Amino acid sequence: MIKNITTPLTDEALADLNVGDEVLLTGVIYTARDAAHRRVLEAVKQGEEPPIDLKGQIIYYTGPTPPRPGQIIGSAGPTTAYRMDPFTPKMLDLGTKAIVGKGGRSKEVRDAFVSHKAVYFGAIGGSGALLSGSIKKVDIVAYEDLGTEAIRRLEVEDFPVIVVNDIYGNDLLEQGRAEWKRAVPS
Amino acid sequence: MRDIQVSAITETVARLSQEANYYLPEDVLDALKKARRDEEAPRAQKVLDMILRNSEIAEEKQIALCQDTGTTVLFLEMGQDVHLVGGDLPSALAEGVRQGYKEGFLRNSLVAQPFSSRINTGDNTPPIVHTDIVSGEGLKITILPKGGGCENMSRLSILRPGDGKKGIIDFTLRTIEESGGNPCPPLIVGVGVGGTAEHVMHMAKKSLLRKVGEHNPDQEVADLEEELLGLVNASGIGPQAWGGRSTALAVNIETHPTHITSLPVGVNLQCHSARSKTAEL
Repeated sequence: MIKNITTPLTDEALADLNVGDEVLLTGVIYTARDAAHRRVLEAVKQGEEPPIDLKGQIIYYTGPTPPRPGQIIGSAGPTTAYRMDPFTPKMLDLGTKAIVGKGGRSKEVRDAFVSHKAVYFGAIGGSGALLSGSIKKVDIVAYEDLGTEAIRRLEVEDFPVIVVNDIYGNDLLEQGRAEWKRAVPS
Repeated sequence: MRDIQVSAITETVARLSQEANYYLPEDVLDALKKARRDEEAPRAQKVLDMILRNSEIAEEKQIALCQDTGTTVLFLEMGQDVHLVGGDLPSALAEGVRQGYKEGFLRNSLVAQPFSSRINTGDNTPPIVHTDIVSGEGLKITILPKGGGCENMSRLSILRPGDGKKGIIDFTLRTIEESGGNPCPPLIVGVGVGGTAEHVMHMAKKSLLRKVGEHNPDQEVADLEEELLGLVNASGIGPQAWGGRSTALAVNIETHPTHITSLPVGVNLQCHSARSKTAEL
């Protein structure tokens, strides 16, 4: 069954999500990856406000290709999430409620999803041409000098993701591998 | 002796940069379609459907298959009777990348200083260039835009000679299992065996240029490729590491004579967006 979720996220909607659920996201999500994470957390460390209010928001780990004339964004698939592991618990402390990326997360980050009642969604890595079709509006809202790594506010429609880590501590990578592993004679 | 204008090299690299990033090679597409037909896990089937749909959209819209348009790795096979005129080769290659990435709306993914300021070079230069001097008057240029997700999962180990075939299998499998979804499976697994530390990684990378389904001409090596592919696809990792049978499309192994004390093994993984393109001048 495919679940439709519209932002802003509610605790009820997140509680209803289980590992492996297919979800179509509609509404606002913010892009941020390595360099933007470092800057946001540096600003907070200095006692400044982050450039966007992260409360209840979804962060998408992506750095798009430039748009052709007449397009709003180029290819925009997920980047590998473990690189953001050192930053993620702090981003959750700031109120982030969901993340979209690819690949697995550390034990510490998975525990943080549980304690913050937040969800990690996977999008399909290497499908940036397809995913960009679900992005309807793009505005750079911070760190424009970072180019592809700037924070962008995206309005998305039926953006396809899957629940990789739910708020109950389940992990799709562990489950998937256990289910499909085949015994080989040694 | 044959003269080649370096401007022709620049134009070729610019064109290859774009074509490689919009169109998957036929052999890769065929392998993905076969993986889809053979896949048993319903979720993995959907992932493969979306990957195939993505390649259609990229072609139709002339948009990059993946936003990570990579470090531009260039392999040159240059005949020893070629004489380059009109400029120097490194500048011509870099200019080709610069033009191709700009005109093709591809992402600039390189930073100049790697460990502190990390400021984008702004034009995806410099490319990484490997040149083989061969006999004749030809010039063959192959581009491999290499994404960070899979490149970051590369591993090198200098095994003991006594570790033998089992050592190679264990190290390769461990590399893939620890990488999980990071390198975007289904993968092409490049493995170098022998030579020296730097040469074994070079062989692993270069093996990725082989057409999917072609084996090493040495039967013993080809058998090891098949054995490893079977083991990788028994791991259960599957597309995106969300579970399934199709973890790899191919395992390509290249070997080289090595020192009596050594058994170097290098693994270089290629994501399913296995982009490469060749032109001959």
